[in-house]
Amino acid sequence: MDNPTPLSRSAYPRVAPLYRFQWEAAQNAYVLLFPEGMVQLNVAAGEILRRCDGKRTAHEIIADLRQAFQSDAIDADVEDFLRSATHDGWVEWRDTVTP
Amino acid sequence: MNAVAVPATLPLWTVAELTYRCPLHCAFCSNPVDFAKIQSELSTQEWCRVLAEARSLGAVQLGLTGGEPLSRPDLEEIVAEAHRLGFYTNLITSGVGLNETRMRALKEAGLDHVQLSFQDSTRELNDFLSSTRTFELKRRVATLIKAHGFPMVMNCVIHRLNIDHVDKIIDLALEIGAEYLELANTQFYGWADLNRSQLLPTREQLAHSEAVVAGYRQRIGNRLRILHVISDLYETRPKRCMNGWGTTFMVIAPDGLVMPCHAARMLPGIKLPSVREASLRDIWLDSAAFNRFRGDQWMPEPCRSCPEKLKDLGGCRCQAFLLTGDVAATDPVCDKSPLHGRVLEIVNAPRPLRAVVERPLMFRTPENSQQLIAEAAQP
Repeated sequence: MDNPTPLSRSAYPRVAPLYRFQWEAAQNAYVLLFPEGMVQLNVAAGEILRRCDGKRTAHEIIADLRQAFQSDAIDADVEDFLRSATHDGWVEWRDTVTP
Repeated sequence: MNAVAVPATLPLWTVAELTYRCPLHCAFCSNPVDFAKIQSELSTQEWCRVLAEARSLGAVQLGLTGGEPLSRPDLEEIVAEAHRLGFYTNLITSGVGLNETRMRALKEAGLDHVQLSFQDSTRELNDFLSSTRTFELKRRVATLIKAHGFPMVMNCVIHRLNIDHVDKIIDLALEIGAEYLELANTQFYGWADLNRSQLLPTREQLAHSEAVVAGYRQRIGNRLRILHVISDLYETRPKRCMNGWGTTFMVIAPDGLVMPCHAARMLPGIKLPSVREASLRDIWLDSAAFNRFRGDQWMPEPCRSCPEKLKDLGGCRCQAFLLTGDVAATDPVCDKSPLHGRVLEIVNAPRPLRAVVERPLMFRTPENSQQLIAEAAQP
């Protein structure tokens, strides 16, 4: 299946191909670029999306973020963000690694 | 050098008007009416230097437009350089000249997105408004854009003659697989200002089109995102000029002049700086033109003491100039402006459709441009 249920911990989220995710030194922030538009991401959103590369499962991403933020209480926040990012079309999900 | 009282922000959105040459002759074109006298386009090398300067100022979205940007044989080279610099590159095109070979070359150069214009959902009106036979070609180009995996914005300028087809225009966008549809109500500058009496929709037409768009949005959800840009002539508060003069946006014209908005070339008393004479950094930060309407120090009454002044920043400078003759006046769309009556006069003027049809449109052609230049030179 090409579009597994979002937020399955064993699925691989990635930034959707219609968006471009990049670091902008001038803004000191990660941004998401799309036709004629831009979203400036805060630190948490940037760190989450940076890991949505299609090569890690949601489970691995959350484990990595727990390490990065030195906190075990982030799961709900990450899932909330991924849910709304999926709804907005920024993130899509795959059952397998994106080559 | 001008002292900058307002901290300068980043020119995030940079538009490169690569040429004023265009195969279309749209009666609402935003190019200057005297485009025919603007010669000496920037070279490939000059564009590459200017893009690097813009990028180092923090520009990240790049609109490549014109005229028709495909009229430049070096478009692919310019896109490749913009991509290398880290820009998100938007090609804003009529589709004329976009064949398989160029599409593939643009993809390889790193182009991110294509915005394709239609003038209407029907061949008849599309071809009439652009004074060309291009409707079928545009449909073929749309297929090509999707076949190469680009996100696509379909753009349609909306006015009196096509506003009643908004439903069909949305259907067309759905059919060709656009991700976004920009329904851009005509802004009355340049050629559109010359044709204002024919192009301004009625209040009833505008309200109807808004209801149609709202209905579609509810029905189709995220499948197609509709950006509905409304002319503010029917409002009682003006819109911000380009998100604020010199805050976010700069346009580089084919001859290298740098403008705070597409229409600024016609504003009197504002000497537009050129990339041939100064760096973009000096232009953005220090030029008199870009500092002229930054902040609120320049504002006259009733703006100066208005609690909403930071919301709309006094409105649009070009609209203020066209409707009052004073580039620094409060935008007369605001009902606090002493000259708001001029806007009411325009929108309330009886304009039977018959009269609209009988007065010919002034199409954007080099010949008409030459004629307007000659008329303007008459004492």
